[in-house]
Amino acid sequence: MANEQDIYEEHVLDHYEDPFHRGPLDDATHADEGKNPLCGDVIQIALKLDDEGRIREAWFEGEGCVISQASASMLIEKVEGKTVDEVKDFSAEEMLELFGPKLTPNRQKCCLLSWRVLQSALHSPIDGEADADADAAGGSPRFGGPSLSEES
Amino acid sequence: MTFDPHQLRDDFPILRRTVASGQPLAYLDNAASTQRPQVVIDAMSDCYQNYYANVHRGIHTLSEESTAAYEAARVTTQHFLNARSSREIVFTAGTTAGINTVARSWGHANVGRGDVILVTIAEHHANIVPWHQLAEAVGCRVEFLPINQSGTIDDSVVAQALKTHRPKLFAFTATSNVLGTNFPAQSWTEMAHRSGAAVLVDAAQAAPHEVIDVQQWDADFVVFSGHKVCGPTGIGVLYAKLEHLEAMPAFLGGGGMIQTVTTEGFTATEPPEKFEAGTPPIAEAIGLAEALRYLQRVGLDNIRQHENALCQRADQALRQIEGVDVLGPMPDLKGGIVSFTMDRIHAHDIAQWLDTRGVAVRAGHHCAMPLHDVLGKTASARASFYLYNTVEEVDRFIEAVQEVRKKFASKGRRRRRPPVTNA
Ligand SMILES: Cc1ncc(COP(=O)(O)O)c(C=O)c1O
Repeated sequence: MANEQDIYEEHVLDHYEDPFHRGPLDDATHADEGKNPLCGDVIQIALKLDDEGRIREAWFEGEGCVISQASASMLIEKVEGKTVDEVKDFSAEEMLELFGPKLTPNRQKCCLLSWRVLQSALHSPIDGEADADADAAGGSPRFGGPSLSEES
Repeated sequence: MTFDPHQLRDDFPILRRTVASGQPLAYLDNAASTQRPQVVIDAMSDCYQNYYANVHRGIHTLSEESTAAYEAARVTTQHFLNARSSREIVFTAGTTAGINTVARSWGHANVGRGDVILVTIAEHHANIVPWHQLAEAVGCRVEFLPINQSGTIDDSVVAQALKTHRPKLFAFTATSNVLGTNFPAQSWTEMAHRSGAAVLVDAAQAAPHEVIDVQQWDADFVVFSGHKVCGPTGIGVLYAKLEHLEAMPAFLGGGGMIQTVTTEGFTATEPPEKFEAGTPPIAEAIGLAEALRYLQRVGLDNIRQHENALCQRADQALRQIEGVDVLGPMPDLKGGIVSFTMDRIHAHDIAQWLDTRGVAVRAGHHCAMPLHDVLGKTASARASFYLYNTVEEVDRFIEAVQEVRKKFASKGRRRRRPPVTNA
């Protein structure tokens, strides 16, 4: 049975207090921001993708509840080194599993915020630098980012 | 009848339950919605079991009985507000629907390009967005009265704004749903009228807790919701002076609001039916009337006094907790609402932890984003009290907030590092 107290497991609080890669990423190639308007949670994610479509570095910044911030830390830790395809395949259910403690539907939104922002960041190349990427990917700026199938 | 919250609790079956964690429920989210006493539940069941039918339509026993009960509910509401006539009472879907009706009907007929609608920064979105929509439609402006450091608004600020903007309408809440601040409905209405503005009072947070006399307030429009006065959801009240209701064009068109309909057009019937198109919330009106009678039996003055005592206790205790910032004025200037934030702890985490202790509070922006913006907060936690809350519940609430501080305080925790892999 879901005991709400377990939401704040030590492992969750550890990520909240000592997050993985929280801060700016200067030479990011992709970035995006998202909000949960109901709670005011904000997450920004910045990625550095290499030519092979692998996430070389991932960083996040944000503000909000323990769940939104700790889950972002867990996600960023998880996806560094992964390919864009692997990240696109990473489902919402898997994100909730990664977080661990069972969440009510209202709190799932907090947990899925960073997951949502990560997915959209993959499609959001940063201007200038990104143009080159988009061109290399066959120039499809709407979907942004290198299209891996074309590159590999 | 002496006022005893412990005894009143017996009237509310839901208060006997426990929450997900197994703790008994301490329901402190009354500003969002209140609970219903058995008499209200029974009145609605009785309607459905024994005499329900559509109103104003059927020439048969059930319809006559339902119509009589529905119209009796209107009279009960009239007396609750001390309106001159039951024809000044329009049943709507709630406060939101009531304000939208005024904006769409009175607003479109009376407000034009360059006109001003004056509101306070402490309004619920329900008393902001309809005016933004009116502005989009007719080109008027919405001006906001600022709050001062102590969470109130000085009369001089109101007077100055009335003079500067010459608004067509001054629409304000009688009690802020976040700060708990009581604004003086009667004197502000008088000031507005003197400057030629019409007045709408959002009484969603006032009707549950104080005796309202619309003739004394003299406001043009007063709105409130059934679910915040121990009544059902899906019903609310729009009081308007009869002269306005007579002059205003119908807003929703359909059955029940017409005199005649031809292929060429229609003529609307008289108020209040003119503003009650379609089948109205019949059992809800009957439940609402029962709720209003219940509150009057308990005594709104008793309720107010009791809530103030609880609010004072909670407010004082919260201010003692390190890192807690209580929003709004001191207890003597507010109703039974205490909103607060905690240093570096998000309101959702506060509410979530309190829930494990059985304490239900609201967390978020409480549909008052402009207010939270000027307060410099993204969200706050809010405890709001009602007649069935007890001193023991306030103490459980305070204890749980103290736990929150301990639970989420920085402890130099370290994340477990993942094993280093050679990528
Ligand atoms: C001051 C105020 N106005 C308006 C509303 C909206 O009421 P309803 O949702 O019942 O339409 C609320 C309810 O939260 C409120 O507190």
